[in-house]
Formats: sequence, structure tokens, C-alpha cells
Amino acid sequence: MNDKPKIIIGLAIFVAVFTFPIWYNRGAAAPAPEVKLSEKAKAAKQCVRDTDYMRKEHMQLLDGWRDRTVRDAMRVYEVNGKEYVASLSNTCMDCHSNKADFCDKCHNYVSVDPYCWNCHTYPKEEKK
Amino acid sequence: MNVNYLYSLLAVVVLGLVAYVGAGSVGLQGVFGIFIPYLALVIFIAGFVNRVMDWAKSPVPFRIPTTCGQQQSMDWIKQNKIDNPSTTWGVLVRMFFEIVLFRSLFRNSRVEIVGSRLSYKWVVWLWLFAILFHYSFLAVVVRHLRFFLEPVPFFVKALEQMDGILQVGLPGVFISGVTLLAGALLLLMRRILIPKINYISKAADYFPLLLIIGIALTGLTMRYFTKVDVTKVKELTMGLATFHMGIPEGGLSALFYVHLFFVCILVAYIPFSKLMHMGGVFLSPTRNLANNSRMKRHINPWNPKVKFHTYDEYEDDFREKMIEAGLPVEKE
Repeated sequence: MNDKPKIIIGLAIFVAVFTFPIWYNRGAAAPAPEVKLSEKAKAAKQCVRDTDYMRKEHMQLLDGWRDRTVRDAMRVYEVNGKEYVASLSNTCMDCHSNKADFCDKCHNYVSVDPYCWNCHTYPKEEKK
Repeated sequence: MNVNYLYSLLAVVVLGLVAYVGAGSVGLQGVFGIFIPYLALVIFIAGFVNRVMDWAKSPVPFRIPTTCGQQQSMDWIKQNKIDNPSTTWGVLVRMFFEIVLFRSLFRNSRVEIVGSRLSYKWVVWLWLFAILFHYSFLAVVVRHLRFFLEPVPFFVKALEQMDGILQVGLPGVFISGVTLLAGALLLLMRRILIPKINYISKAADYFPLLLIIGIALTGLTMRYFTKVDVTKVKELTMGLATFHMGIPEGGLSALFYVHLFFVCILVAYIPFSKLMHMGGVFLSPTRNLANNSRMKRHINPWNPKVKFHTYDEYEDDFREKMIEAGLPVEKE
């Protein structure tokens, strides 16, 4: 019995499937997006915590803010002797006012779809 | 006691330490982040193709399907068309059930002596753990495509939606990650705790399980506990997928490299191990052949050429002499 042709077709499918990312991207470079900081954010130099922490753990921070605010009515977040109002719309969005330039860039890049905006509103984006 | 799992555990721990120290302390991020992943992929594809071509060259002279039901017979005898297929269509259905639903594992049974009687009991656990493990693994692999594709296609996003449907915590829990770890642990427990299976288990049986447990643990840790900067992770992986290699600025945590190194080891290990069942399930002659030996003549391809001299030819040669001697002939 000679099933070699069938087996070779199968192997071709195997190779095509397992190299899918290579031919899907066609070698087009996809560097990490640069977030656009607003003037206010640049002037402040630092967010409520340092950049590395914010990059890795901002979702935990916001989750904590939400739970404390909604469940215990604790609206103040204290860190390093400074006090912030624990609010996405008023504190975060005060500096990072443009959702498309700040939030969405990385979220889209790594395919993250947070449900913040199911409840919160964000400032209207200017159409360019 | 079966010490084989200790060897495998030791091997996994040492491999983890190699990556942790190599990429973390020594700083060989280029080696662990670029060179080894490419090497692993090449070994995987070349090794896999080589192994399958080796199988393709092996002659299968006879039909050897395992028959699990009534074969095709008289019209009034009902054939089991899936478990004893006689047509290509039947084989396709059988293979579909085997590959997608692990039908032969589902039939797993255990022989026991109950009182003074021999009894066969249907045992579902192996099938259950296996299907949990394999489908979780598939979901996890497909989800990881988000690191290798830009833009991320709809099917990855759709899977993420379904996988994260619980919306527990932030980042949201993916069900498949948890069930992958659970499935691998259950399969490992099965090997360690059931004496008969423990007895036939070797280091090569424990190693892949422990390695996958290592992959799942490091992955879950990074996502839910210690955190990595996923944007940087994607920068590195996109570099690999588009041949614009580079280590992102500031580097990545050692734990990420442990995870990546485990995956590379697993991928490169597949062609040389029992994990080749990934390709082998398609090529098992006990499943993918139709039981049609009674309808079709299958000739052994390496039979030597035999020169036949039929009776007709014999009679042609000696007809006159036979008639002279008064022997009966078929043609006058």
C-alpha cells in the first residue's frame, strides 16, 4: 500500500499550520506602540506609582480602587504620602485624557478588552 | 517505589534553573529569547517531518484495523460501519471520532475479579482527564497566538471572550489555563497513585507531564501574580514571528524566560518522544485502514515475482501426448 501522496499533503498542512504566524504577518515589523502622553502627564513626570509598576499592575490598582470605592466608600488612595481621589474618570483621565492614544494603543496591541467603559465614560475624542 | 518521576522532576527543575540563571543572572537574553526559540522550531518541524516520512516509508502490506464491531457481511447482517469500516467514508468517520473525541480512550475498561467472577468495568477517568487536558492545551495555544499575530484575528479574540467569560478578577481568569494545569496534574496523579500504571511508567512518561505543569505554573504565575509587561513580551514574540529579532528595551523577567525555555524544550522534544502521538494518531494503521480484505485483494508489495505455469498452459504444451496416452483433456 502506498499512501505517500496523502501523507505528504498532510505534512504540508502541518507545516502551514505551525508556521501560520510567519506567513500571516508576512515579515511586517510590529513594534510595541508608543503611548502618547499629554502635556499634563509629561509635566507630572510620574503617575500615582512608578512607570514599571503602572505598566504591569495598573489593572490591579484600578480593580482595588473600584472595590474600595464602591463597597467601602473609601475614595482616597494614599501612596508615598500623597493622596489621590480613586477615580478612573476624574484622576486617571485627567492626565491621560485621550483614550485612543493612551489606553487603546497597548490594549489593542496585546488584544486586551477591558470592560471599564461599560460603565465609565471617557472624554469625547477629537476627530482629526 | 518508582523513582522515575523524581528523575523527571529533577530534569524539569534543572532546566528551569538553567533559564532562570542564564537569562536572569548571566543576562543571556538573546540566547534564551531568540536563538533557542528558533532552534526549537527548526528541530520541531524538521524532526516531525522526518519522523512522519519514516512512517510513510514503512510498508503496510496488509489491512490491520482493530475491529470493534460486526464487519460487512451478508445484507441481512447489520454492519457496524464506524467501528468496523469497509469504506473510506467509514474510515473518515472513525478517524474523526478518534482524533476529535478520543473514542478509543472512551472505551477504556478495567478487568476485576469481583467475588468469584471476572468482571469488566467501564472506566471513564482517563478519557475525561485526557479530553480536559488536550482541549485546554489547544485553547491555551490558540490564545497565545495573540502574541504572534498583528493585528490579532477575530478567532483569537472570540476564544478569549469565551475563555474569560467568568470575568473574575483582573486580569480576568481564563478557564483553559486553570483546566490545563488541573488536567496535567490529574494525569500525573493517575500515574503516581494507581499501582499498575505506576509500575509501567518510565521517566519519559513523567517528563512531558511535569514539563507541561512547569509551563502552566510559570504562565499562570506571570499572568496572575508576579506580572510581566505584556507589551514587551509581544514586542519580543512579534520580532520572532516577523524576523525583526530584538530584545525589548529593559529586558524581561527571568520567569518569562523560564516559561519560554520550557516551551522550547517541549516543542523540540516532541519529535523524539511519545508526544509524537500528535502526528501518529493520524497514521495509526489500526484505525485508518478500511476492513475490506474480503472485497479487495491487497498484494504484499515486496512479494518476489513468481513465474506461474497454469494448467491451461500445461495442457497446451502436452495436449497431443495426453490424447495419445488416453488422458482426459479440457480442450480438444
